[in-house]
Amino acid sequence: MAIECLVLGAGQEVGKSCVVVTINGKRIMFDCGMHMGYDDHRRYPDFSLISKSRDFDHSLHCVIITHFHLDHVGALPYFTEVCGYNGPIYMTYPTKALAPLMLEDFRKVLVDRRGEEEQFTSLHISQCMEKVIAVDLKQTVQVDDDLQIRAYYAGHVLGAAMFYAKVGDSAMVYTGDYNMTPDRHLGAAQIDRLELDLLITESTYATTIRDSKYAREREFLKAVHECVAGGGKVLIPTFALGRAQELCILLDDYWERMNLKVPIYFSAGLTIQANMYYKILISWTSQKVKETYATRNAFDFKHVHNFDRSLINAPGPCVLFATPGMISGGFSLEVFKQWAPCEMNLITLPGYCVAGTVGHKLMSGKPTKINLDKDTQIDVRCQIHQLSFSPHTDSKGIMDLTKFLSPRNVILVHGEKPKMVSLKERIQSELRIPCYLPANCDTVHIPSTIYVKAHASNTFIRSCLNPNFRFLKRSKEDNSDQVLRNTNPTAPLQVNDERVAEGILIMEKGKKARVVHQDDLLLMLRQKKHDVQFAYCCAAQLDNLEETRNRDDALGLSDKCSSLQLLFKELSNYFSGVNIQDLGEHLQVESFHVSVCVKDNCPYRIIDDSQKEAATVYFCCSWSAADEKLAWEIISAMERFSLIDNLPCRNSISRTN
Amino acid sequence: MKFTCLSKGSGFHFPPCHILDVSGFRILLDCPLDLSALTIFYPVSPSPKMEEGEQTYDFAVNNCLDMRKRQKILKSLICAQPWYKTPNNLHLWDPSSIDLVLISSTMGMLALPFLTQTKGFSAKIYATEATTRLGQLMMEDLVLMHNEFHLFFGSDSGSPQWMSWEELELLSPALRQVALGKDGTELGGWMPLYRSADVEDCMKKVQTLKYAEEAWYNGTLLIKAFSSGLEIGSCNWTINSPKRNIACISSSKFYSVNAMEFDYHALRGNDLILYSDFSSEGILTNDEHDNNFSASTTYNPSTPSDCSADNDDRILKECLLRNDESLEERQKLAFICSCVVDSVKAGGSVIIPLNQLGIVLQLLEQIPVYLESSAMKVPIYVISSVAAELLAFTNIIPEWLCKERQKKLFSGEPLFSHSELMKGEKLYVFPDVHSPELLTNWQEPCIVFSPHWSLRLGPVVHLLRRWREDENSLLVLEDGLDTDMALLPFKPMAMKVLQCSFLSGIRLQNTQPLLEMLRPKEVLFPEDLREQIKFSGSHSFSVLYYAENGTLGVPRSKGSVDLEIASDLATQFSWRKLDHDDVDITRLEGQLFIDHGKHQVLSGNKVSEPSRKKPLLHWGFPDVEKLLALLSRMGVKGSVERCMNDAESGSDEIVHIHEPSMALIEVRATRTVISARDEQLASLIFEAIGTLAGGI
Repeated sequence: MAIECLVLGAGQEVGKSCVVVTINGKRIMFDCGMHMGYDDHRRYPDFSLISKSRDFDHSLHCVIITHFHLDHVGALPYFTEVCGYNGPIYMTYPTKALAPLMLEDFRKVLVDRRGEEEQFTSLHISQCMEKVIAVDLKQTVQVDDDLQIRAYYAGHVLGAAMFYAKVGDSAMVYTGDYNMTPDRHLGAAQIDRLELDLLITESTYATTIRDSKYAREREFLKAVHECVAGGGKVLIPTFALGRAQELCILLDDYWERMNLKVPIYFSAGLTIQANMYYKILISWTSQKVKETYATRNAFDFKHVHNFDRSLINAPGPCVLFATPGMISGGFSLEVFKQWAPCEMNLITLPGYCVAGTVGHKLMSGKPTKINLDKDTQIDVRCQIHQLSFSPHTDSKGIMDLTKFLSPRNVILVHGEKPKMVSLKERIQSELRIPCYLPANCDTVHIPSTIYVKAHASNTFIRSCLNPNFRFLKRSKEDNSDQVLRNTNPTAPLQVNDERVAEGILIMEKGKKARVVHQDDLLLMLRQKKHDVQFAYCCAAQLDNLEETRNRDDALGLSDKCSSLQLLFKELSNYFSGVNIQDLGEHLQVESFHVSVCVKDNCPYRIIDDSQKEAATVYFCCSWSAADEKLAWEIISAMERFSLIDNLPCRNSISRTN
Repeated sequence: MKFTCLSKGSGFHFPPCHILDVSGFRILLDCPLDLSALTIFYPVSPSPKMEEGEQTYDFAVNNCLDMRKRQKILKSLICAQPWYKTPNNLHLWDPSSIDLVLISSTMGMLALPFLTQTKGFSAKIYATEATTRLGQLMMEDLVLMHNEFHLFFGSDSGSPQWMSWEELELLSPALRQVALGKDGTELGGWMPLYRSADVEDCMKKVQTLKYAEEAWYNGTLLIKAFSSGLEIGSCNWTINSPKRNIACISSSKFYSVNAMEFDYHALRGNDLILYSDFSSEGILTNDEHDNNFSASTTYNPSTPSDCSADNDDRILKECLLRNDESLEERQKLAFICSCVVDSVKAGGSVIIPLNQLGIVLQLLEQIPVYLESSAMKVPIYVISSVAAELLAFTNIIPEWLCKERQKKLFSGEPLFSHSELMKGEKLYVFPDVHSPELLTNWQEPCIVFSPHWSLRLGPVVHLLRRWREDENSLLVLEDGLDTDMALLPFKPMAMKVLQCSFLSGIRLQNTQPLLEMLRPKEVLFPEDLREQIKFSGSHSFSVLYYAENGTLGVPRSKGSVDLEIASDLATQFSWRKLDHDDVDITRLEGQLFIDHGKHQVLSGNKVSEPSRKKPLLHWGFPDVEKLLALLSRMGVKGSVERCMNDAESGSDEIVHIHEPSMALIEVRATRTVISARDEQLASLIFEAIGTLAGGI
């Protein structure tokens, strides 16, 4: 099985986010957005790539929407009501509450103002929202027996979430849009450390690193304050949701502190109602805002009033929030026409405006005149302040999140290609994670994790949990404390407890695989263990043995021990990395035993006659198959000692093989 | 697994309390307080300044106590700073031995500060976010209300006088039973109330969860909370351990007006169900219902297993429909509302000291509707130190509410109408009876919601004294309170008393269909309900009955642990067929990781040496003749020598190898020794033995 990722939108671009991921046979659509920059078929993702027969109910297991922005949810009513998808749709509570407002607003702009043919009706929107299952953060939703999804706080707009999806042993995260730094009204994105095969992340600011937001907030407040102090009017064209509330919290708080009396207006309807949603959903905002619920809900704005059309030309300063944000029409355009010709006034612009809108024209250069259509021309003499509090993460945030999650693969979407390429390079070189930048309609294939499932016996589990101490002498490469080692003859021990799971996997026809301990296997076979061991009685010729023995005898040590100790010294010296234990009667290395052989006729003394005479001492060795290699190394070393032991400098011996 | 029921509790306000030992971890389920025991104390109330010059009738404030009166009261109620009664058996357990505390409702956390302030307590505490917040408010309110006693009696230290045996002897039998319990052992459960600092400290230790959020304890236990429908934030816990999956069903409600619906589907497929809903204890099931109920279970005794999951679900739904709880509950509320309206019409005031948040919220919504329809303009007051925050809180938690309430969010309306009522000056919220705003706004007749349901604490004490002689006034009481004792300090009473009980759990006729639907293997069921429910024969689970203060050992169910083996290890397997069966075996070596309740064998950092591929374990006995034959085919020649060593080890057979070089094979009953100087030859012999004897 593998993971297959089909990008239907936001591939190497920003707009109409839509990714279809097939993970261990389950197919999930993440986001179902529309492109604001197109009026033709390119506005929607190409759904026919999901299913040629357009049988979406059987080709998709669920749809997940990350947040209420139109480039993430805009195509959903079209997909469910026109294309006929009837399966489950998941989004967070705020998204379910706010998405229909956005969709309805958009539909109105499209149909009522631009006079376009409508793609979906109000009824479509409400029918579509009926099918939506609202989820809470961290709530683990079992979509079906195998597919599990979970939302994490993304901090981009109210209710924005990153989604985790898990099928069998494979798991992935789709971030949607997110923000890694907390702002005035929302917290920072938050996620658990997860074992992931794939991370699909946005990359709007793939190369930008942004400074603190507070400086930009101060700038904004200063500009507004200066304008109203001079008797001017401030027009803040904005989306009804998100930015409006954020700026309003900012202004309301500032007004309170500076004791300003200048009225702040919301253009009627949408935004005022949106505030009600924000009040109920206050627990989805930042910690500081959240805590205000008990005293005075932060979205109960003190200084904010409803705006009436008659106030447009009323004398005196004011601040007005009006939709739509890019001054593409509607009320904000109406007010713009009136206020733009006056130098005293101020107009703020959102961070991003689609080409063709008045907002976009104002952003590019400093126009003095704007042509609305053939007949209308507006003189622009007012001041213009561009807002730049984008609730997207910067490149540092993307890298931090990727590093934190350490997925096996990364796919970048929702960004501009050149910047994405450089981010991809960074992810691959700095984090060593394969990274992909599929274009729209491309498919990326990624292997998924699969584990072999087996039952394990208790004896096996217990044996795995037993400590497995290894005493290693400091390795030779460790040169840093050479001096220490020279002064201290007993090299410091290194204790390792590397537990190994050793067992036997049994596959029986018609039964689930089992992992057992070897004792279990013998029980199962009704057989007794039969040890197969190696033994060898090794002849060693130690020339200076006599001297040593004499010296040791003076200390009252027996004959046997002394030669064994001598061997111990030799071996310790020779195999400096290996822990050799001196157990008095014998030496032990792993399963290798060696003791002095006193038998005259040891059966394991397999030697040629020629060697027999030269031998002065015999060491009887035994070992099991596991340590075969080591055993032969030791034996050949022991045999060599007899030849070179009389060399003056023992320390010059080095291990040869 | 071991299970001990510490207390079966009683009613909505005193949920059961259990200890569960699972996979070596000790879990405490709920930590409640028996607040009904407060009724043995004499209430005091602060000086009321409602009307100037009014005689303060509170004996406590008068301070110059009439000795006779005091004597009389002493015989009936205890005149002292109240202590609070915790489940006595909880104190028999060492708090430091508890690893985990699971709180299922606000009522189940009221004694938690007693536990968290004990030395050595270090357990992790889990509760849902909503329960935690509401529980904190309830505890803060309790502390503030208790402060009135504090002001009156002063701070006392040490064991109070009433707890001495001489004084206890003087108590009436009814009081003594509350103080000492039925068997006279419960005096140790009484505790002086915690302070607000203790509450604050306790709340810091609570780990909050959302519904269905996964919490891992020690990488072994997976803990999840699912809504129980009883109250906002209340939950049923599931505990997944490597050995067994457990669902704990606390009092749950199928019909919910505020709280999120009982999510029973999420409890399906667990091995064991701890049924801990005692709400129907002592309630006899209606005969007619009973008949229907048994009919439903015999209705389909032998359904094919493949579709029975859905079938069980359907049977449960049918059963729920037949025993429609919502209608009855709605009628109860309607009755209360009409009684309230009757009282205010007659010029009396109404005091509703209910603490069931769900009921209060419903009444707050319905009473104004009733008032309006009968064209009455009477103010509604909510008097409690935490009321303002509590009501604000209920309007910001759509995620914890039922579908109907959530619809209000989606259409942009406030979740509860109380915020509108407050704006419309129909509803007023005050922190206490002597707040200046209350004094300026006060109007009678009025309808007051105020704690505490025990009638011993809070503003209700004062208001009862004010209205007790007014025959038009009405007191709405909760069931489960000993009315005689509760009303004793307010006698003689002329005001009307309406005592009502609300459904606060699963009805017994729904129990079996629910359990059938959940498909457990085992059910732990209260002994006390055994008589009331007869599980019909067709059920698929075994039932173990438990009683208060008894420990039940549940034998282990899953025999083996599920293991996951990394695929890179699996590709390196060298399989070996066993001769006799269709069995393949291979040696598995790696590193075992236990995380998130999973056992995984991953390839360790150590690379296996090639020699490790050799069999390390042998069984059986190599036939020497066959061995010689096999060796000679390999070009190794030798001869056999048999020698009888001693009786124990039996006969040894020794094979002497001459070609290609000298070697020796010593074959004994349990051991074969290969001796050779030539490394190649030794391993050749080893291989030969491996093929003759079984080995891996």
